[in-house]
Amino acid sequence: MTDFVASPPVIRPGGTVRPRPRRWKEHSILPGFGLSLGVTLIYLGLIVLLPLGVLAMRPWEIGLDGIVRTLTDARVAAALKITFGISFLAALTNGPLGLLIAWTLTRYEFPGRRIMDALVDLPFALPTAVAGIALTTLYAPTGPLGALAAKIGIKTAYSPLGIFIALVFIGLPFVVRSIQPVLQDLDRGVEEAAQTLGATDLQRIAYVVIPALGPAILSGISLAFARAVGEYGSVIFIAGNMPMKTEIAPLLIVIKLEQYDYAGAAAIGVAMVAISFGALIGMNILQMALARRGRT
Amino acid sequence: MNFRRAESTDERLALEIKGVSKQYGRFPALKDVSLQAKDKEFLALLGPSGSGKTTLLRVLAGLEEPDAGEVRFGGEDFLALPVRLRKVGMVFQHYALFRHMTVAQNIAFGLTVRRRSEKPSKSEIGDRVADLLSLVQLEGLEKRFPSQLSGGQRQRVALARALAIEPKMLLLDEPFGALDAQVRRELRRWLRELHDKAGVTTVFVTHDQEEALDLADRVAILKDGQLIQLGTPNEVYEHPATPFVFDFLGAACRMPGVVDGSRLLVADWESEAPKGAPQGPVDVFFRPDEVAFAPLDGAGLAAEVRGVTQRGPDVRIDCLIEGQTVELQAHGPTLPPGVATGLPVRIKPLRPQVYAAG
Repeated sequence: MTDFVASPPVIRPGGTVRPRPRRWKEHSILPGFGLSLGVTLIYLGLIVLLPLGVLAMRPWEIGLDGIVRTLTDARVAAALKITFGISFLAALTNGPLGLLIAWTLTRYEFPGRRIMDALVDLPFALPTAVAGIALTTLYAPTGPLGALAAKIGIKTAYSPLGIFIALVFIGLPFVVRSIQPVLQDLDRGVEEAAQTLGATDLQRIAYVVIPALGPAILSGISLAFARAVGEYGSVIFIAGNMPMKTEIAPLLIVIKLEQYDYAGAAAIGVAMVAISFGALIGMNILQMALARRGRT
Repeated sequence: MNFRRAESTDERLALEIKGVSKQYGRFPALKDVSLQAKDKEFLALLGPSGSGKTTLLRVLAGLEEPDAGEVRFGGEDFLALPVRLRKVGMVFQHYALFRHMTVAQNIAFGLTVRRRSEKPSKSEIGDRVADLLSLVQLEGLEKRFPSQLSGGQRQRVALARALAIEPKMLLLDEPFGALDAQVRRELRRWLRELHDKAGVTTVFVTHDQEEALDLADRVAILKDGQLIQLGTPNEVYEHPATPFVFDFLGAACRMPGVVDGSRLLVADWESEAPKGAPQGPVDVFFRPDEVAFAPLDGAGLAAEVRGVTQRGPDVRIDCLIEGQTVELQAHGPTLPPGVATGLPVRIKPLRPQVYAAG
């Protein structure tokens, strides 16, 4: 666990005490560190870093100003904004909803609970294009829900709201499945203690349950966010794909590829990776800070 | 300190439990349990695992609902009150501290969740936490998280947290269960002092007879969901109501015997039967250290010493009586006269308890 451990000072012949340089790795009692780290590094390098590295090489064909021109193009900027903005909103929406579903599935016993539990995974299992077609059928202006929404003046499919619906759909299982095991393992005694101390049900959930679930909720949200950013199949059907309005960045990449603008496509790709990576690191830091509280 | 001063134990009844039953599926956890605790009394619920003692404690806290029966506290119908309005301070077996809160936040929890109109001010809460920290001797640890404390310290935080709400009753579920023997003994004394200082009616659950006898004003012994005996530690130890209680409260030796009129016959030893002994075939129980080694020609059970082992201050003497090996105990370091491996002796139980043979 402790990577940085101060060693006892070494007394030099001259009599001065100098701190021994910190070792960066405390020897673990578990054997196989070298081997497992080696495999981890090679695998991560081969599967993750190498393709990303190649991607990062690609845009330079068009030069720095070519990249800048591509990324500052109003259509590209709008697509990036739509992708990240709506992905973030969808992931955030899934936070409380996923918590509620996980809560219902773990805390109550009712007929059909197992079936509902299995239903949660369905967005995982469905080919995303199928999900897209299904959602579009439902939310199109002629579809049952779309027509209903249109009556009260809300446009669902072929609008940013449509993208949002698709992204909520595909992100939900990540949140539920992140929270569920933690909620299951939560010590009931802690909640009972809160009750005996006079906490109402709401106080118990707000002060005791949710803080304990915080890291899991956050991890679910970041997974859902990461998934939403890269989502293509389900969104393109329902979005309508109007440039500047409902065109997502992954679609723009495909469009650029079809126009043989590989460098331009790669430039958007690199930008997406950079933003995603930054966002995920930010969430990870927050999550670690939450998890560390009281667990040192 | 804002605690009510402890006067001499009030004879007024505080807790009344009447005919409480609880069933888990087809398994009866409590069967028609009735008992009372006086105000400011320290009551132990003692029993082996599965005896229903924890279930009874949870019924008192409101965490379990009994199927039948009545629970009153200070005359008030306790079962009609939800957990959070009962104002009982409960200490859980594994302390159940809030791990994301500091020690001070843990202790203050019961005060901070109060309704605005009843909530003390920030500085009052701070004072109260400081008071409690000094009461449980944890000054200076208020900023720590539970994970940075030892088991004994966590236990005291849990106790301070329970006391913070000025509970009407303190409930302790195996409070020393997870601690090592040394810490246990220290905390036990300290808990008793704390109880006397705080003057709260306390019910505590334990499976450790030594702990119950040492700590409690009265001990309720439970078995299979039933109350077997209720009395002061002395009463239950001196006059166990059933062979089970005798056995559970300490080491026991058991011999078959017969009561005939006022005489008790065990093998070749005849003595006066204890008062109220049942007639006919009986089981005779005695403690292995409550025996006298009689001269060979005197009265007593004929026995042969099989082995002698020194165990610290005590000596264990393995005897063969009537074909049965019995472990007796004598206070060392010197052996009782006439006792040595291989020698015949006569053994006279000093205070045999007699139960109808079952």
